[in-house]
Amino acid sequence: MTAQPTPISPIFGRFTLDALPLHEPIIVGTFAAVAIGGLAVLALITRFKLWGWLWNEWFTSVDHKKIGIMYMVLGLVMFLRGFADAIMMRLQQVWAFNGSEGYLNAHHYDQVFTAHGVIMIFFVAMPFVTGLMNYVVPLQIGARDVSFPFLNNFSFWMTTAGAVLVMMSLFVGEFAQTGWLAYPPLSGIAYSPATGVDYYIWALQIAGVGTTLSGINLIATILKMRAPGMTLMKMPVFTWTSLCTNVLIVASFPVLTAVLTLLSLDRYVGTNFFTNDFGGSPMMYVNLIWIWGHPEVYILILPLFGVFSEVTATFSGKKLFGYTSMVYATVVITILSYVVWLHHFFTMGSGASVNSFFGITTMVISIPTGAKLFNWLFTMYRGRIRFELPMMWTVAFMLTFVVGGMTGVLLAVPPADFVLHNSLFLIAHFHNVIIGGVLFGLFAAINFWWPKAFGFRLDPFWGKISFWCWVVGFWLAFMPLYVLGLMGVTRRMRVFDDPSLQIWFAIAALGAVIIAAGIGAMLVQFGVSIWKRDQLRDTTGDPWGGRTLEWSTSSPPPEYNFAFTPVVHSLDAWYDMKTRGHERPLSGYRPIHMPRGTGTGVILSALSLVMGVGLIWYVWWLAGLAFAGILVVAIGHTFNYKRDFHIPAATVETVETGRTRALAAGA
Amino acid sequence: MLSFPRRFRSILRPAAALAALPAMAGCNKMVVLDAAGDVARRQGDLVMISTVLMLLIIVPVMALTIVFAWRYRAANKEARYEPDWDHSTQLELVIWAAPLLIIICLGALTWVGTHLLDPYRAIGRTAPGRPVAATEKPLDIQVVALDWKWLFIYPEQGIATVNELALPTNRPVRFRISASSVMNSFYVPALAGQIYAMPGMETKLHAVLNEPGRYEGFSANYSGAGFSHMRFAVNGLDDAGFAAWARDARQSRNTLDRLAYLRLEQPSENEPHRRFASVEPGLFDAVVNMCVEPGKMCMRDMMAIDARGGLGLAGIHNTRRLSYDKFAARGSNPAPRRGAVTALCEPEAGDGAGSGLAAPVDPSPLLGAGLSRPGERRPGTSDDARRVVAFDPAPPATGKP
Ligand code: HEM
Ligand SMILES: [Cu+2]
Ligand SMILES: [Cu+2]
Repeated sequence: MTAQPTPISPIFGRFTLDALPLHEPIIVGTFAAVAIGGLAVLALITRFKLWGWLWNEWFTSVDHKKIGIMYMVLGLVMFLRGFADAIMMRLQQVWAFNGSEGYLNAHHYDQVFTAHGVIMIFFVAMPFVTGLMNYVVPLQIGARDVSFPFLNNFSFWMTTAGAVLVMMSLFVGEFAQTGWLAYPPLSGIAYSPATGVDYYIWALQIAGVGTTLSGINLIATILKMRAPGMTLMKMPVFTWTSLCTNVLIVASFPVLTAVLTLLSLDRYVGTNFFTNDFGGSPMMYVNLIWIWGHPEVYILILPLFGVFSEVTATFSGKKLFGYTSMVYATVVITILSYVVWLHHFFTMGSGASVNSFFGITTMVISIPTGAKLFNWLFTMYRGRIRFELPMMWTVAFMLTFVVGGMTGVLLAVPPADFVLHNSLFLIAHFHNVIIGGVLFGLFAAINFWWPKAFGFRLDPFWGKISFWCWVVGFWLAFMPLYVLGLMGVTRRMRVFDDPSLQIWFAIAALGAVIIAAGIGAMLVQFGVSIWKRDQLRDTTGDPWGGRTLEWSTSSPPPEYNFAFTPVVHSLDAWYDMKTRGHERPLSGYRPIHMPRGTGTGVILSALSLVMGVGLIWYVWWLAGLAFAGILVVAIGHTFNYKRDFHIPAATVETVETGRTRALAAGA
Repeated sequence: MLSFPRRFRSILRPAAALAALPAMAGCNKMVVLDAAGDVARRQGDLVMISTVLMLLIIVPVMALTIVFAWRYRAANKEARYEPDWDHSTQLELVIWAAPLLIIICLGALTWVGTHLLDPYRAIGRTAPGRPVAATEKPLDIQVVALDWKWLFIYPEQGIATVNELALPTNRPVRFRISASSVMNSFYVPALAGQIYAMPGMETKLHAVLNEPGRYEGFSANYSGAGFSHMRFAVNGLDDAGFAAWARDARQSRNTLDRLAYLRLEQPSENEPHRRFASVEPGLFDAVVNMCVEPGKMCMRDMMAIDARGGLGLAGIHNTRRLSYDKFAARGSNPAPRRGAVTALCEPEAGDGAGSGLAAPVDPSPLLGAGLSRPGERRPGTSDDARRVVAFDPAPPATGKP
């Protein structure tokens, strides 16, 4: 390797043809597959003349339902990428024994685990959760859209731009080789001089803008747009958990933005916030990133706690047990999640009292979490439980999550953490709560709300195959990691010396293959359901005997959600309306005021993407131009006065009459 | 309270092993739960006790989940159905109180255990029933995590090793731990829990090894490309064996001075064991203070100066390029060049040996305004007392791999 600094060209920055991994067969193969697949999709879209439809009906739409669905699609696509990374790691780790170096060198393996972590957290779990909240919350509170519909569209496209950057790093340059939190000094310019960490920084910064804005948007929506009569304590639990999640987002993502800004200053202009020399403090970074990072895990799990509450109540045919205590538990978790961050680095040499303090605050969080579990249990108690797919996922969650919760509390005991920190035990723990909690919850949610979104149910046969593959695969893939952790095996290892460990990695790999079958079955489930949609059709809008307002409107809901804003008298508003013999009003429609779609969000995020690329490759003129472009477009958009329109009463009447007919036909 | 009767242990261990299925019968064992050092052993016990405590609530919850799911399935029309039952104050009390009780117990255990097993605290016993006398001096070992190998310095014996840690059994050991470039974590599962090794910082670990034998240590925090191979052998020896080992090391032809250290510090993987017969005094302190390179200001001096007001504007000029390129050597792309603050007092000329850390001549507060810029002379100041080393366009070569 030469010590000559790469010349930075005024035109291409530090980009040279060497940045294209043409000598890496795996990447070239992947690129070919992606390119062919992508071209095929583009060709099909062109062939069926779908561009206009996509652009007008989806990309520029400010309808919260469409944006929610686009978030879910983004999450699903990125999940396939993140899972491919997981399979690559599993393969490497069974392979690299007995002196073999496996099939990935350090340069690649280290990118793979970093990309897996980053993608799964920021571009899978976050879009899934945000998409779900986007879709469900306005419907649950009887609103017609979110508070700031344009902002919502913009947020989605910023998240997508971040995801595009991560994907781009696979084919142009490289991704970070630092682990998903990019601790300095390793992530500093001295030890990671190439583009990897810059991809990481700008992907997260651009996506972070989207996340923060969507947090603000949903808080405003929940606080200001609830249907008349829906006081805070009559709000559905899912909306409550969404509120808390968005409060957490708004309060914690700016910390992430700030800490990444400091890191980029270190990298770009030579400041010394986190360097070894000149009085920098890498531990400051570790503190700051976890002050964001711990709340982040609650950002992911809280909405799913809400999902489990809705699902358990619905399928047990019963009111949720202990609604008030559920709400308080959520609020307590929200607050406490800010005073536990140090449990991620007990082993960095804090004193015993500091460590005990943070250990004990962490354990205290398990009290409200435990209370929630009991509340679900007692909701099932004396219920009539229908084991449809959403409920199956919920029971699987309850049985899986408690184990992950237990090992989490165990890691909060500092002396135990000293022997388990950074081990595969830790990896097993957080996959146990993230897969058992977040993913299982999402699958429950998808099966639960799919009929609402598309008007037909998901096929239960393939759903059950997927369910069993996932559950069995999960236990097989991650229980061996607990054992390996207790044998003192550390994380992020690429090769192993001790041949007796291999069997455990083999079991874990088998588990991952079974999970792959589960993912395949889920995709088949989606396909089969779309194919057989007429058999699975639901005309009632309320296929499960739902309890909250989203089930009161048609499936899929009309653009305006509700022809008349519902009036709420009690918790479980729709259940209440049904029991009181509510009659759907059939006349007296009025024009409905709606926001108008705009392409500005797409344009702004595309410019942000270009700016990110310019900054990553040191192409300063490009970054500067893109930034100027962002300013011009953003200011220009403030002069766009064509932001709304009215759906005429006649149109509303046509739509609603159609629903009346469908209801009558179904009855 | 954290030493359990052997009996209790003998109940816990098989329970742990059971959880791990029969396949592990052979050579691989759960070292975390059955360590050869007293500290790790007690930490392992704490893992087991906390788990058992929590199972007290986890097992009933899992059982209830299954029972309720089965009993209240829709097909079972026998079961009572109360669709509007959604509250019971007694039950609510129980469901908050039960976890609370467990957490109180666990919290108490945590508080005591954390203080008792604090790695910074000198150990009170080498084994159950064998307290450490107040007069007994622990064996000092200085640990430096390098890219990607471990340096162990034995000040008492005056020797050093790479990737080989020999420990006398049943003697308390005090590790002082630091790193040269990025964060690592020093972990010997058989001995004691891990602690991070961080550049410019020093952490401590007190531990004792009770059973002679060969063990493994490694870095438990990812530190770059060579991380997977950053492992070292741990050799537990009785007193005689340890003395013989140290004597042997002193026969080595290698010595570890600053230059040798800077050469060793260059990134490399899979380093074989290596021993050094002597070590330059003060090397570890220079590592912690990031001033092994001749002419670089030590952090403690920098901090002392800053605490007294700093060097002001003149300080900006008091930097110089680091010439060696360990950064470029590890990355795929050469790094931009970095600077460093130069020492106010030049190290003694010659080989760079000796302390090189002379105290400032004038103890009065240093104020930026009082300093002349390099090359500038202010009337009335003695240039010797507060000399700023001029920018050196050709810094000393320290070797490249
Ligand atoms: C679906 C099946 C999954 C499998 C088989 C899997 C597998 C793995 C493996 C093998 C590792 C590396 C362990 C090591 O360091 O040795 C890992 C790390 C990680 N996984 Fe997963 N994973 C899965 C899903 C997820 C999900 C859903 C998330 C989060 C939403 C996630 C987040 C992470 C994170 C944050 C890391 C740490 C990355 C790092 O070391 O920086 N994983 N996973
Ligand atoms: Cu945390
Ligand atoms: Cu530190």
